[in-house]
Formats: sequence, structure tokens, C-alpha cells
Amino acid sequence: MKKNKKLDVSQQPENTPVTETEETVAVVTENESLHGENLNDRVRVLSPGMMVAKRFFRSKLSLIGLIMLIALFLFSFLGPVFSQWYVDGERVKDTENITIIADVQAIEYTTEDGEKVIAYIITENADATVNANGDMTAEHLLGTDKSGYDLFTDLMLGGRVSLTIGFVVVLLETLLGVVLGGLAGYYGKWVDSLIMRIVDIISCIPTLPIMLILSAMFTSLGIVKMDRLYYMMIFLTFIGWGGIARLVRGQILSLREQEFMLAAKCSGLSTRKKIFRHLLPNVMPQLIVSMTMGLGSIILMEATLGYLGLGAPLDVPTWGSMINTATDLINVTANFWIPPGICITLAILAFNFVGDGLRDAFDPKMKR
Amino acid sequence: MLKYCIKRILLSIVILLGVSIILYTLVRCMPVSYLESQVYSNPQIENPEQRLLEMQKYYGLEPGFWNAIKGYFSWLVNLCHGDLGVSMVTGQAVEDVIFDNMGVSFGISLVALVLELLIAIPLGIKCACNQYGKLDYFATVLTMIGISFPTFFLGSIVIKIFAVDLGWFEAGGLNSNLPTTAGSFTRFMDMLWHMVLPMFVLVILSIGSWLRYTRTNTLEVLNADYIRTARAKGLSENSVIYKHVFRNTLIPLVTLLAGTLPSLFCGAMITEQVFNLPGIGNKAYDLTQKGDIPFIMGYNMFIAMLTVIGILITDIMYAVVDPRVKLGD
Repeated sequence: MKKNKKLDVSQQPENTPVTETEETVAVVTENESLHGENLNDRVRVLSPGMMVAKRFFRSKLSLIGLIMLIALFLFSFLGPVFSQWYVDGERVKDTENITIIADVQAIEYTTEDGEKVIAYIITENADATVNANGDMTAEHLLGTDKSGYDLFTDLMLGGRVSLTIGFVVVLLETLLGVVLGGLAGYYGKWVDSLIMRIVDIISCIPTLPIMLILSAMFTSLGIVKMDRLYYMMIFLTFIGWGGIARLVRGQILSLREQEFMLAAKCSGLSTRKKIFRHLLPNVMPQLIVSMTMGLGSIILMEATLGYLGLGAPLDVPTWGSMINTATDLINVTANFWIPPGICITLAILAFNFVGDGLRDAFDPKMKR
Repeated sequence: MLKYCIKRILLSIVILLGVSIILYTLVRCMPVSYLESQVYSNPQIENPEQRLLEMQKYYGLEPGFWNAIKGYFSWLVNLCHGDLGVSMVTGQAVEDVIFDNMGVSFGISLVALVLELLIAIPLGIKCACNQYGKLDYFATVLTMIGISFPTFFLGSIVIKIFAVDLGWFEAGGLNSNLPTTAGSFTRFMDMLWHMVLPMFVLVILSIGSWLRYTRTNTLEVLNADYIRTARAKGLSENSVIYKHVFRNTLIPLVTLLAGTLPSLFCGAMITEQVFNLPGIGNKAYDLTQKGDIPFIMGYNMFIAMLTVIGILITDIMYAVVDPRVKLGD
């Protein structure tokens, strides 16, 4: 408040100068003749959206979150284009820099003379065709995995899948939640009871055990590869829409008692128009916040499922499944699991920062 | 009040019925359970199909739609008699499997919860009193990081740094191999030593939500009229904060405590998995993977029940703790 001494006008005033019609021009000239100056020079007109943006960008944390998000998106969606291990939309195995790994095994035995002898069995992977489990070099910033794929490229591609899953699930979830929550809030009575009891039931079902069961089902039904990912998204949607439905219903319950809804009723608008044009826009702030936060939790869910080996199939790299390839995390070299783990954490952190910043920005009571 | 409670309890039963129907459907859709994998992998069984049918009959899991419905109702009747069935893998009653493994999980969660509250509440109040101060920023970032870390990743990193690289703590399990002569105090200290890392992970991961909740609440209380009155009548800042604000901040926190019921008794699946603790979460993961149908049903219904009870207590506690709240119907 200190910095900005000009008056903030949250609503667009009626006499904002628009030079298209003669009438408004007349109003402006009248204004000028009356006060000797244009209204716009004294009052800075800010739309509600602009005010939210201003408050959002004033917070350092949300700015950091936004930058992190942009960086992660560029990294995963643009990054693979510059990788030499990703050609024509396919990952390429490294078949050139083959390192011969010698596995030495010591065997101790006693000869007939009673002498103790130590013998060594040396196994070489001399017939290897790919650079498996390669070290970190300039060509492979993070080394290679056991099939010779570049881990850094996998990390970028994994980001694509993980972020896409997040977005798709959150969009579907919101769609379902808004429609059902809107219906429950608007119609009330038995529609409300029915939908809310379904939400209650879904929120009481423990997520992780259910995903364990589902994953076992997918495996034995022979749902593999990308299909598995699609089914997973559908189920994550079914588990997650309840929260959004609750939020939308609660808001609409309080909004529909207000005067503008009475006005909408009096002007004889259709129900669809009343819900989608007049009620929903008022729920948008909370909805956007909960969607942003939801993105983080979906990515977390995907990663957890991947860690348990239930999520995406192994030949599709996602951040979660990359951690799973190092099932026994501690004994595997750190370049396998720490980078995807950091990416997951950064992504969730970024979404939470942005969501938190948005919540504060949308809140008209915030004085900052 | 009584009318409200009865109504809510009846509603809870309806919800639990819905949960059980969904669970049963899902479980029955599992094409392979422990029975199949056991019968077909055992070469000594001469007539596996026959044996499988017998086993399925014993557990009430015969194939077919009508049999499934029959199976559901017999399961429901048994549940009403307090009988959750017999676990396929361990051969014990399901409720025994749950209660035998619950001790470790409950102990860990309870200590972690107490630690969280002890740190989060004073810190949250401190943050709210100096809103937008350095401590506040620090706590907010810490909260966010805590919320954002995946359990398995934080756990693995902690193990890697403190157990493998530095060797300060133990990587997993509950006890190390102590000589049989070791006294009970040594054993207890050994167990505590094993608990440090899992405890640390649990506290870091869930302290955030408590901290944030305390902070928002305190901010709300600080704006209340009675706080202005307290200041106006010349009370010292300390007595305003610790006597008037503190108590009123606790009101919503007490109600929130009921919501932790499921996590207290049902174990933290991933944490127990990462640290290889012999708790109920770990057991549940193991048995679910093996397809132990009676256990899956029993365990998940147990969680659902605790969740419902938790929500119920939360709502009733609101009215009990805060006389301004009236429970309507």
C-alpha cells in the first residue's frame, strides 16, 4: 500500500473512455471540459485480474515457483530436442562407448597338500553391445542405464510424461468435480445428498492399497505399456474429484442465496446459463488454487506409484518409474535415483509455491 | 445434539457399506489371488482345479456373479459378528494380523505426532506474531519443502547420507543383532537408535500442515476483538500471546487431532517400506501384493472405519470445544 499511492479501482468504471461511439467521446470531452484533465490521468484503473497479478508477482516465493515451473517445462519439453540420444521421437541406445566391466569373484579353497589357495573368477562383459551402466561423462551427463539409454535424456522425457499425467488428471478431475459439485450445490435436496454421499464414500477409500490392487489387476489382465498409463490416469481421476466437488458445492451453496442470483432468476436465464455464466466464475479463484495444488499431489502420487513399481511401464521413462529401476535405492549408484527424485521434489515444490501465491493473491482480505 | 449424533452415525454406516461394496467388487475383480498362485505353483497337488475350487469354497470366493454376491453378504454377516475372516498367507484371523503388527506402527506414529505438535505449535504462533518476518519466511519455506518431498525420496536420501555414508544411524529394521546377554535397557536404546531416522522423516513430512494450520489460526485469533480488548486493558504482550491467543489457537487444533486417527493406527506404508520396519503398513503392502483377499478386505475396511470415526469425532469436537458452534441437522 505504501508504494502505490494512486487509487486502485477494482471495478471498471462506467465512463472508461472508449472512443468508438460518438456518445462516449462526448462523455470524455465533457469530463475534460469539467475538470480540465482526463480521468485516466488521475486514476489508474486496475481490473480485478490485474490486481491479482500484481499481488502474485509481489511475493518472492510465488515468483520463484513460477520460474522453477517454466524451467522444468522447458527442460522436459524442449530439452530432448537438443539431445543426441533422442532422434526422431525415439530414444537411442549408446552402442559406441562400451566400457568393459570386469566382475571379480574370489574363491578360497584348500588343495590336497593342505595349502590355502585363493582363485579369482573374472567375468567380462566383452560381448556387450551397449554402453550399459555407463559412468557420468560429457556425453552422458548422468551416465547410462542398464540397457544403454542415456539417463539425462530419460530424465527430460520422464518429465514430459509426469507433467502431462499431472495436467490431464487435474483437468479431468476438475471437470468431473465442477459438474457434479455444481449440480449438488445448485439443486440441493436429494441430488445433493446423493452426490455428497458418493464423495464421502470415495474419500473414505484408502488410495494406496486400492492402487496396489488395481496394479495387480492391470498386470494379470495384460494391460501393459502406454495403456496402463491411461488406465492409471482414469483411476487417479476417480479418486481425486471428490475434493473439488466439495469445494464447488460449498461455494455455490453460499453464492446462490445472494442477490445477483435472484437477479439472474428474474431475468429468466436458463439453468445452464445460471450455473456456468454466473455461479462458476465466482468459484474460479478457489478452483485455480486447488488445481495448482492438485497438480503437485498428482505428480507425488505418480512418483509414489512408480517407486512401488505400480505406475508407468518400465519402457516408458517417467520420474516415478526411473526411481523404481533403482528398487534398492541405497545400493545403486546415486546417479540413477537422485536426479529424478530432485525433479519430482522441485516440480511439487514449484506447484505448491505458485498455488500458495495464487491463494494469497486471490484473497481480497490480504493487505499486502 | 443427540439427534445429530445418531443421524451422523447412521450416515457413517451407509458410507461404510458403500466403501465395502466398492472394495469387494475390486477385490473380486482381481483375476489372480494368493489361492491360484499357491495351488498352481505346488507340483504336489494332483488335481489343481479341484483343489482350487475347494479352497475357494472355504474362503467363500467361488467364481461367478451370484456367488460373488452371496460371498459379499456372508462376509458382511461375519463382519457384523466381529469376524473378518482368515488370512490366506499367514493362516491367522485377519483381526489378529492387524493387531499383532499394529504396535510398532502406533508407537512410531504417536511419538512422531507428539514431536510434530511440540515443534509446530510454538513455532506457528511465533511465526504468526511476526508475520512476514524472517522466521515466518523460513518456516513457510520449510513447510513447503516438507509437504513437497516424496516420502520414499526423503527416506532414501536420509538413509544414504546418515546410515550408509556417515554410518551414524542404522539403515533399517527395528533391532540389530545383540548378544543374548544384552540387558533390556541396551535393547531399548538400540531400538531408539533405529527409530531416529524414520521418526525424522515422519516429522519433517507432516510438520508442515500443522505449522501452517497453527499459523493461519493464530493470525485469525490475533485479529479478534477480545485480543484488542486484552491489549487495551494494558496486558503485557506476553500474557496476551500466551494466555489469550494460545488457548484460542488450540481450539481448532484439538478437533483436527481426531483426523489423525487413521494414520495413527494404520501405519505409514511407504515409510515402513523404506526403513523396513515390521509394522502394519509394511505387512499390508506385502499381503496386498500377494493377493490375500480376506486381509485386503479387512485392512481397508479398518482404515475406512477409522476415517469415518475420525471425521465424526472432528465434527462433534467442534461443538464440544467451541460453544459458538451449533450442530445443526
